[in-house]
Amino acid sequence: MRFLLVEDNTELAAAVVERLMLDGHVVDHAPDIQTASDFTATTSYDLILLDIMLPDGDGRTFLSRHRQQTGSTPVIVLTARSEVTDRVTLLDLGADDYMVKPVDFSELEARCRAVMRRRGGVAQNLLRLGDLRFDSLSGTLKLPDQDIQLRPRELRLFEVLAQTPGHVFSKSTLVERLFSYDEDVTDNAIEVYIARLRRHLEGSSVRITTLRGLGYKLEVT
Amino acid sequence: MRTPVAHGSLRRRLLMSLLASAALLAVVVYFVVQSVARQVAQDSQDNVLTASALSILDSARLSNGEISIDLPYSALSMLDSLSDERVFYAIRLERVFLSGYADLPSAAAGRDAPNTPAYLSTPFLGEEVRLATVRRRVSTDQGQRFLEVSVAQTLSGQKQALARISRSAMAIGAGFFLLSVILAGIIARSAIRPLDRLTASVSRRGPKDLRPVAAPVPSEMVPLVSSLNSFMRRLKQSLLRSEDFIAEAAHRVRTPLAVVRTKAEVVERTSTDPETRKAVRDMIRAIDDSSRTAGQLLDHAMVTFRLDQLTGEEINLHRLVADTVERMRPTTELKDITLTATGKTALGKAALDTAFGNATDTDAAFIMGDPILVQNALHNLLDNAVKYAPAGADVDVTLKRMSLDNGQYARVSVSDTGPGFGDADLGLLPKRFARGANTQAIVGSGLGLTIAKEVVEAHGGRLQIANSQGGGACVSLLFPLSC
Repeated sequence: MRFLLVEDNTELAAAVVERLMLDGHVVDHAPDIQTASDFTATTSYDLILLDIMLPDGDGRTFLSRHRQQTGSTPVIVLTARSEVTDRVTLLDLGADDYMVKPVDFSELEARCRAVMRRRGGVAQNLLRLGDLRFDSLSGTLKLPDQDIQLRPRELRLFEVLAQTPGHVFSKSTLVERLFSYDEDVTDNAIEVYIARLRRHLEGSSVRITTLRGLGYKLEVT
Repeated sequence: MRTPVAHGSLRRRLLMSLLASAALLAVVVYFVVQSVARQVAQDSQDNVLTASALSILDSARLSNGEISIDLPYSALSMLDSLSDERVFYAIRLERVFLSGYADLPSAAAGRDAPNTPAYLSTPFLGEEVRLATVRRRVSTDQGQRFLEVSVAQTLSGQKQALARISRSAMAIGAGFFLLSVILAGIIARSAIRPLDRLTASVSRRGPKDLRPVAAPVPSEMVPLVSSLNSFMRRLKQSLLRSEDFIAEAAHRVRTPLAVVRTKAEVVERTSTDPETRKAVRDMIRAIDDSSRTAGQLLDHAMVTFRLDQLTGEEINLHRLVADTVERMRPTTELKDITLTATGKTALGKAALDTAFGNATDTDAAFIMGDPILVQNALHNLLDNAVKYAPAGADVDVTLKRMSLDNGQYARVSVSDTGPGFGDADLGLLPKRFARGANTQAIVGSGLGLTIAKEVVEAHGGRLQIANSQGGGACVSLLFPLSC
């Protein structure tokens, strides 16, 4: 995905850019509203991460201007201020979500996907893989003979794997993307969820294969 | 908070001093009227006595050096006419008793003035009498002599008259007092009225209205009003400053934490050494701990600040609950927690309908309050539930209307299938920084329930904490319904 990060603290911006690039995203950094406006005028982004306190004005100004210019790019606001006061105005101004710094990047990814799901509509949220259909909005796997309601983490795991079928994900990558830092987990924790998904996928043309020492990938046969 | 009352009410003090003065004046009026009346009564009796004595004196005839007195009927009848009084008289010629009551004293004894009448009040024959004595120089064969006539009259009639007058005086005094009471009441009210008006204009204001008082007031109150205005100006500045301060403090605390946390995540992702990764994960948890605590402290400060100036607006509780639940969903997904919301709702968004099932408008729950605070309270409950419930648990949010103690309430319950509060004293949990049993391994500040409790109580509701029967915690916010 292509991100635009609007953040005036250079140290934080550098760290966030580095962190997002680890997940394979492309990130442009704008230190102020002016640069951000220039970027959005020329480039199309999948998501804008917007700080509120900026040197040349309030992030809310950018947000409302962006929305007035029919910019439909989803915006997640990163605020360092009190959640209590900022919340309402932010959402009123057209932010899709907001997060309080410091940001847990697993949560950021979860929120991004939630935003995408909300904005996508029914058509885009329906993924076809072989004889299987997957509705990410309701979290259901539609097999030829039955519907299976996935639990949250199974849903996330399937989404990650199904995004790029054939791509190999290491255990640690999957753990990063599925678990928050609250839990003290080892990489092997992922095996439980892989096993559950495999059970759900039985009888379909989709399966998860293990590449010893490397990780897992989703295959459509 | 009750304001201590010093020296009672101003109106009562004013009324009391006015009434005390009026009572004093009434007593004075009573005595003055009475003494004037007595004087007048005595003067008129004296005049009658004098006239009577003079008419006796006038009837004295001197023939051949002999004094003959023909006691005129009119002389005594004018006294009789007054009332049932007894009348005495004595006629003396130069201290020599001639006629009448020999024992009757003379009021002119020891006085030389020949022609002015003299008066005396004295007991006589067991009764109080008033006595008038007149003299006239007459020529007898022994030369110039004083012929002296004393007329006395008992005082019972006058006493009766005086008693009557006393009663009138008392009635006048009482009437005077009564009139003063009414006037004092009116005066006290009109004197206090500007103060009442000021009080009303200040207390009518909303909690956020810190404009100066502009209503005209009497000159004595101008210093009070200008102090009040200057106080409000300072309060306004201080409120603005504390709002800015909280926002600024949050910014200052969270930005460096964000830098550290992000860099730590990068290290955790790029390092291949399991030891290092474990250490960095611990570090990130510690950062989350402090950022969460800092956040809750600042939230608590902001909540306290907003509660101080709580304004009511109508809140669609269903929508608020649904929004808050939706906002929480990505966080719960990370912990594989299934978050559900049940309850009949009136939601517009299709996406939220899935959260709450099919909704009907008739069951809408509206409450009055500050939506930001209510949302924050609910967010804290959800945050707690997600924090303390183990991965794979279920968290359920229920919204229900219910009756309690003759009131209609909306109850928002957050229940989880986690470990519950254990054996901790449930009543102590909403205390600041108190935490339940079995929470050692989990990041937390212990402020979440405090905030929720303060918010719900400021809205006239209450917080209920319980361990569910099947294990797990159940915390409910009860808000009085506005319709």
